[in-house]
Amino acid sequence: MDNNPPLKRVIVREQWCKACGICIAFCPRQALSADTSGKPTWNTDVCVRCGLCEQRCPDFAIYLEEVNALG
Amino acid sequence: MSSLADKYLRGHKMPHIWCPGCGNGIITHAVLRAIDQLQWERDDIVIVSGIGCSSRAPGYLDFNTLHTTHGRALAFATGVKHGNPRLKVIVLTGDGDCAAIGGNHLIHACRRNIDITAIVYNNSIYGMTSGQFSPLTPTGSLATTAPYGNIDRAFDLCDLATAAGASFVARSTTYHANHLRDMIVHGLQNEGFSLIEAMTHCPTYFGRRNRIGGPVEMLKMQQEQAIPVQRAASMTQEQLEGKYLIGELHNQQMPEFCALYEQVIQKAGGGNQR
Repeated sequence: MDNNPPLKRVIVREQWCKACGICIAFCPRQALSADTSGKPTWNTDVCVRCGLCEQRCPDFAIYLEEVNALG
Repeated sequence: MSSLADKYLRGHKMPHIWCPGCGNGIITHAVLRAIDQLQWERDDIVIVSGIGCSSRAPGYLDFNTLHTTHGRALAFATGVKHGNPRLKVIVLTGDGDCAAIGGNHLIHACRRNIDITAIVYNNSIYGMTSGQFSPLTPTGSLATTAPYGNIDRAFDLCDLATAAGASFVARSTTYHANHLRDMIVHGLQNEGFSLIEAMTHCPTYFGRRNRIGGPVEMLKMQQEQAIPVQRAASMTQEQLEGKYLIGELHNQQMPEFCALYEQVIQKAGGGNQR
C-alpha cells in the first residue's frame, strides 16, 4: 500500500457535458448529484476516486486530475 | 496534469456532435485508453472510418486520420497498411457501415488476416439517417423502416468474422468500459485481423422508439444481457436466451497478409526497393 497515494479531484468540463446522467446513475458511492441543469456536482467526501465516471462519460466531460499535496 | 482528452483529442472540434448519452464517446474513449496503455507513437497510428455516426470519431482524434466513403473504411485501411506495413491501422466503423454496405470488404479483410484492428460500434440502428434497421438490428425491434417490427434475423458479427478467417475476435459493451478497453488492447496487439464488436446504445433512434428508455436504462440493459464467455460455459441454452457473449471469442494465430506479401516481393527479387 502506498502511504502517500496521489490526491485526485474530479473535474467537470461544463461546456462539453450534455447532462446525460450516466456518471450520476452509475457512481458506486453516489458521489455525484445533478445540478439544476442536470450536470454532475461532485461530493468530495464520499468519492473513492474509482474513475468509473470518467470511463463511462460519452462526452469526455468528467475526469480525475491528480493534484500535488501542496496544490 | 491533463486528461486523455487533452492529450489525444482535437480540442477545437469539441464538444462532439453525438447526442446526449450516446455510447460512441465511451467507445472512442476506450480506444484512446487502449492506445495510451500501449504507449504507441501517435505518428505510427492511422485511424480510418467510413460513414455514419460512429465514423465521425476520427475527426475528433489527433492522429493520422482518414474519413472515407460508406462501407469502404476497410478497403482504404487495407491500402494504407499494404502501402506501409510499419503503420498501425485502426478502423472505427458502425454496424451499418461494416455489416451492410461494407460487408464484403469485412469478410475479405478477415480472410486475408491483414494486420488491421476494426472496432465496430454496434448501436443496432442507422442513427445518422434517423433510425433505419441494419443487419445487426435484433429481430422484432422497431425501426423507422420496420414500424411493425424487424422481420430479418441479425448477423452474429463475431461468428461471421471468425468464420471468414479473422485471427482475433472479441465483444464487449459500453457498460463494461474497462473490459472494452482490454479487448481493444488485445486486438491491437494481435498481428493479424482483429474485430472487436462494441455493443453500444442509440438513445435517440433505438432506445426511444423501442421504449427502452434513455442512456442509463440502455446501459443497464447491456449489463443484464452481456454474459462473460467463461460464465456462459456453465449456463443452459434456455438461460442464454436473449443474452449475448462478451470477452475473447476467437484467437487463432495465422500468417498475416503483409508478411506473406513481403515474401512474394523477396521471391520476385524486389526486396531492395522497399
